[in-house]
Amino acid sequence: MNTLERSGSGSVVQSPRSPSPQAPYLTVSVTDPAKMGNGVQAYISYKVITKTNFPEYQGPEKIVIRRYSDFVWLRDRLFEKYKGIFIPPLPEKSTVEKFRFSAEFIEMRRQALDVFINRIASHHELQQSEDLRKFLLEDEQMMERARSQETGIFKKPADFMQIFKDVQSKVSDVVLGKEKPVEESNPEYEKQKNYIFQLEDHLAEAQKHAYRLVKRHRELGQSLSDFGKAVKLLGNCEGNSLGKAFSELGAKSEMLSIKLQREAHHLLMNFEEPLKDYVRAVQSIKATIAERANAFRLHCELAETIKFKEIDLNKLRLMRSEKLAEAEREYEQLKADVEESKRKFETIVKLMNEEIARFQEQKTVDMGVAFHELAKGQAHQAKSIAEAWRSLLPKLEACS
Amino acid sequence: MMGSENNHIQESSREQMEIPILNEDDGSNDDVSTSKSYSNYCSAMTTLSSSSEHPLLTPPSIATNPASSDPLLFPSHDPFPESPSYADVIISPLEDSPTVSSDGDGGSDDVHRKLRVSPRSQLEGSEYLRITVSDPKKEVESSNSFVPGGNSYVTYLITTNTNIHEYRGSDFRVRRRFRDVIMLADRLSEGYKGYFVPIRPDKSVMESQVMQKQEFVEQRRVALEKYLRRLVMHPVIKKSNELKEFLTVEGRMPSSARTDVASNLLDGMMALPKQLLGESRSVIESQDAVEPAKGRRDLLSLFKELKQSVVHDWGRSRPPVEEEDKELLEKKEKLHYLEQQLTNASKQAESLVKAQEDMGDTMGELGLAFIKLTKFENDHAILNTQRVRAADMKNVATAAVKASRLYRALNAQTVKHLDTLHEYMGLILSVHSAFSDRSSALSTIQTLTSELSSLHSRAAKHETTSSKNFGGDNSRIHKLEELKESIRVTEDAKRRAIRDYEQIKDNNRSEMKRLDSERQADFVNMLKGFVTNQVLFLFKAYC
Repeated sequence: MNTLERSGSGSVVQSPRSPSPQAPYLTVSVTDPAKMGNGVQAYISYKVITKTNFPEYQGPEKIVIRRYSDFVWLRDRLFEKYKGIFIPPLPEKSTVEKFRFSAEFIEMRRQALDVFINRIASHHELQQSEDLRKFLLEDEQMMERARSQETGIFKKPADFMQIFKDVQSKVSDVVLGKEKPVEESNPEYEKQKNYIFQLEDHLAEAQKHAYRLVKRHRELGQSLSDFGKAVKLLGNCEGNSLGKAFSELGAKSEMLSIKLQREAHHLLMNFEEPLKDYVRAVQSIKATIAERANAFRLHCELAETIKFKEIDLNKLRLMRSEKLAEAEREYEQLKADVEESKRKFETIVKLMNEEIARFQEQKTVDMGVAFHELAKGQAHQAKSIAEAWRSLLPKLEACS
Repeated sequence: MMGSENNHIQESSREQMEIPILNEDDGSNDDVSTSKSYSNYCSAMTTLSSSSEHPLLTPPSIATNPASSDPLLFPSHDPFPESPSYADVIISPLEDSPTVSSDGDGGSDDVHRKLRVSPRSQLEGSEYLRITVSDPKKEVESSNSFVPGGNSYVTYLITTNTNIHEYRGSDFRVRRRFRDVIMLADRLSEGYKGYFVPIRPDKSVMESQVMQKQEFVEQRRVALEKYLRRLVMHPVIKKSNELKEFLTVEGRMPSSARTDVASNLLDGMMALPKQLLGESRSVIESQDAVEPAKGRRDLLSLFKELKQSVVHDWGRSRPPVEEEDKELLEKKEKLHYLEQQLTNASKQAESLVKAQEDMGDTMGELGLAFIKLTKFENDHAILNTQRVRAADMKNVATAAVKASRLYRALNAQTVKHLDTLHEYMGLILSVHSAFSDRSSALSTIQTLTSELSSLHSRAAKHETTSSKNFGGDNSRIHKLEELKESIRVTEDAKRRAIRDYEQIKDNNRSEMKRLDSERQADFVNMLKGFVTNQVLFLFKAYC
């Protein structure tokens, strides 16, 4: 749908003079959810279809079968490798067991996964990722092996990340504060962080009400249906034209109930889901914020360490110890580490700045579409309901 | 992109007309509550009236301001080209409907009345009787108080404005307490047997945990007003002297202790004939004081009659004497079914109102959340794209808040229209009562008939025994004379009872006809009103 259109192609601009063929593109679609397995082990698999002209992909089209945990694997890998970039968020795991296989949930998840993979495919850096290639091309067994291999490694550095991986949880300032006594003193950055944390609260509230709005549509639909039935029964007590009027009104009411259910679904997929996506995106940003803090802290620690190392080194020099050579080697290593950590940190900072701008742009577009869908859906519904009721009036006039 | 599009969208045509129906409701929320205890509507309605304190409910400005029309709803064209003209068509019949106040019309109810084209009002032409109940005041009973501090009660000011000739005046103001209303109701039910006399408001004991005294008093005030207005709408009762007295005679009304006991006993036992415990009165002409049919009845007969009437009404075990009673049974069946469906429909209507209310609330909350978000984004905006987003959000928020307010108005109207269901449920109780008047009158006849036959057989026995004995046994002759006298009296009573019964049957019949035709009109109006309001609301909220 429009999500595909939105996040379609690659981003390289062709110069008019170059004789090269069409622009590079990489589009993915996630389709055909199918239930696999039985009982507790049961899960949903999706068909992932890749269409591309990237040279590394060896072919214009490839179809693979993936499941939710494969997507999680991809997200985790990208998060590790591309610090500073806001990795697109994944839809949540389902907490309620019986909801897990409902058609609506599956459709919502499919849509969200499709958006997820396409955002990666259209991000100028992420689309180059080797892990993405693996994900899109490897057969299922390879994928499974890759998945089970990697889960062990991410225990330690991901300790911190665990909190952010469960996107339902809210990260408090307290947690961050406890973990990093050393913080950047960058007022601009502070403002940005502040913005992100508050934004999450506001969005969560808006999303809560959007969810309720969907529910209300369902409830109103149900009560219109019940009311219609009751009115029809009442019509049975009356004769002739009045009885007919009652039963037509009842029938109309039941029909409108269906419209409301439809609108509820429309709102769910096109208004509430985008809001939820917004919330998840913000949570993903928070994970990057934590990464940046980590990188900063690491760099500071190394910088501290190297100071002491210098002192030690000088001591050893004075003493002309045999340990000097080794100490010098260690010192050089440490210097390299310090440089590396500084580079890493600065990369994150630079990337984040770009990403914030991209995020804001993207969100304005996404929200614009979502609001449009809301307004369109409501207006359309109102019009068709009004016309339905309206058609009854001449009949009612005839009764009186 | 969406953002830039917004700036180019012209504000679409929005209807500028003042639509009185949806506008008027803010002030009349208090009209909505009722103290009818036989429906849960009460709870839905009191919630509505108390929720008028919701922060979102400021008087809706129908003249829409630019911010409130949502450009996003009208991307480039007007999908409702006919909306102004159509809305005009809807409005005009409503405004043209007789503003001649039907009997019992009160000012704050005229929206409801407009849609309720009552055939009765048209027949009556220019006669009117407008009643208002207001100004509840606490008064203390100074005499007779064993309780230190005295007995306190509430009185209500009853204002009447009328041009009915018999009232000999046009404006009256009296103070009445609830006990007076009970007495009026009792007198009416005694004096108008067979008629569908509106049921008086409940005496429900105030549960202090549930309700504040003020709320209770207000509920009662509304209930009294509704009750009196219903009385006045009844073509026969509005002419009654009892009502006239109640409305016009100043000063305290005499309290009848016996009536109090009677009404206490009878509350909740509506099927029992009232004549058992008070004086039995005949129908319409109150001047025509009928001698109590049971003047010399002994206690045993009273209980016999009681039993018969109970059996007759609730057990239906006695085969009906006349063919017409089959008709009566049929009518009762139909009525019972109607009652069931009304109850069901009323329940579903209540759910519908609740669902509409919830929808309105959630929309309002969503709107508020977005307004807060908008403010937040604007406060923190560094990039222009954020401001664009904030502007988009604001439009949606404003539209949502507007829709939310209109949902409240819609609901108040929906409640008013569907209240007709409610009214008819109450009316059916009156019908039951009228039918039981008939049953007990029939039962009286049957009791008297069996009395007569037993008297006759006793008399016959006496005659045979006295003929066996010779001569004048004075005591026996005297007894025979007594018996003959009893027979005469009982025969008189039976004749009167039969006359009463026939009259009641007539009343039943004419009232049923009236009910059937009025119900037609009222239900059609209810449906029209309901549907019209839905349409109007949808246009207002989304166009």
